[in-house]
Amino acid sequence: MTAQRIGIEVSRAIAIATKLANVDVVSAYPITPQTHIVEDIAELVANGELDAAFIPVESEHSAMSACLGAAAVGARTFTATAGQGLELMHEVLYVASAMRLPIVMAVANRALSAPLSIWGDHSDVMAARDTGWIQIFAANGQETFDNVLCAFRIAEDQRVLLPAMVNLDGFHLTHVIEPIYIPEQGEVDKFLPPNQYPLPLDPDKPITMGAFAPPYIYTEVKKAQQVNLTAAKEVILQCWKEFGDCFGRHYSPVESYRGEKAKVLLLVMGSFSETAMSAIDSLRDEGKEVGLIKLRLWRPFPFAEIRQAVRDAEVLIVLDRAISFGGPGGPVCSEIRSALYSEDKKPKVIGFVSGLGGRDISPGEFRGIINRGIEISQTGSEQEFEMFGVRE
Amino acid sequence: MVNTDGFTEIRWHGRGGQGAVTSAELVAQAAINEGKYAQAFPAFGAERRGAPVVAFVRISSNQPIRVRAEIAEPDVVVVLDPGLLRIVDVTSGLKATGMLVVNTKKPPEQIRQEFNVNWSLATVDATKIAEELLGVPIVNTSMIGALLKATEVVKLESLFEPLRQRFGRLAERNIEAMKRAHEETLVRSKSN
Repeated sequence: MTAQRIGIEVSRAIAIATKLANVDVVSAYPITPQTHIVEDIAELVANGELDAAFIPVESEHSAMSACLGAAAVGARTFTATAGQGLELMHEVLYVASAMRLPIVMAVANRALSAPLSIWGDHSDVMAARDTGWIQIFAANGQETFDNVLCAFRIAEDQRVLLPAMVNLDGFHLTHVIEPIYIPEQGEVDKFLPPNQYPLPLDPDKPITMGAFAPPYIYTEVKKAQQVNLTAAKEVILQCWKEFGDCFGRHYSPVESYRGEKAKVLLLVMGSFSETAMSAIDSLRDEGKEVGLIKLRLWRPFPFAEIRQAVRDAEVLIVLDRAISFGGPGGPVCSEIRSALYSEDKKPKVIGFVSGLGGRDISPGEFRGIINRGIEISQTGSEQEFEMFGVRE
Repeated sequence: MVNTDGFTEIRWHGRGGQGAVTSAELVAQAAINEGKYAQAFPAFGAERRGAPVVAFVRISSNQPIRVRAEIAEPDVVVVLDPGLLRIVDVTSGLKATGMLVVNTKKPPEQIRQEFNVNWSLATVDATKIAEELLGVPIVNTSMIGALLKATEVVKLESLFEPLRQRFGRLAERNIEAMKRAHEETLVRSKSN
């Protein structure tokens, strides 16, 4: 296959990425809006185009459990899920990270029941925030494709050995046909070396993995995980740099759009950040000094980059597509506030929750969020955060 | 002719099974093959055969497309099933300079009068074309022909490759249907 720019559904491009990564084992359970990803991979395997084992399972809990075993023998391992599926695999997610298994997972971000919603928001992944996985958010199809390749390289790096998830918005990315550059096999092979898991399960050299830990050692294991996930940032930065050198597309943990000298910044994760860019353009045209911050790396959290990106702004408006009920607002806003608290020079942080359960935020509504954020920064609000666009 | 300054938003109305989503995808792929930027997606949800469905296409000649919200103010609306004119507000948000493309046996003048259409209008009997050439009343490829007569948003020839990839051995008949619909589509500008 030669490098080409094609119009393709983002889910199908992910399947092609796993093929180009020459993945060994895929175990997954289909769930909307992730379905097209695993359907396509199953087809690639069935047609003999991808030499991998596809392990069908009866639930996401089993999918992730099968991935544990596959990764433990040193297989390059992939899965994908969404919404309730991610919640059902929840307890196994912790096992993957603590056992240092470099599984790559695409999460087609979806709202959580009840009421039943198959549509997108970030509730699913926010509930998995503290599972110890590397977590990257993609804003478009190309970023998704590229970061699936990067995720294998980052996760399997001997300095990391942690599972990584690539988040893409359910429907708003999974079901969209858009132009995506698909590289040649040779280019991918140059960028992505074979997986060389250092301590694979081997009947000839038996080892115990994930044994129980009494109080005298458990804390040390958790400290090691924390140190390791934090240190993974350097590897992620290096991977993105080398990806840029290979393919000409550059990624960073925090990205600014017209953020220079902006008095007001809007921070968005995922594909809605692209829609927000239109609102920034139109407000800039009116002479308002506004800019956009896209947060791409969610775990490990890029403290230094965030502080640097927002330090000169007066107001930072944070959009969350998930809600911490009865708490301080959206999880992203909470973390940004926490990251800035000890800084001498910092913007006022105003939190909004919107875009839940697949509801669009139009460019006009983004303007509304920014304008309301500016208003709150001047007059204050009685609420810790506001939900924008609620019909009352 | 719709003049959209290099950025065109098209909304498709059909019924589940008629191929509105496929139409949207094929047109986007043709545009991308021409080197343009394009985006196609369905109105997200649990679609059922026969129920009204909506699909969207954005095409930009020279700039990446960033907006991912549904299209609320289209330049063009394509209606695959004339029955939808009675039950769905298909022209909702259609720009004053926009174009309505309808699959119908009726001439444009009659549709204009019957449904009080205040936009430029194109009509074609796509069901007849599809039944004659494909043997089934699946009008998606015929309606692409009608769209391209009404707007020239991509070249007719640019659809050949995406159609061949999608339909395999049925591709040539679908290309015929598209070409014939392109020839038979009647276009009436707003002022007429």
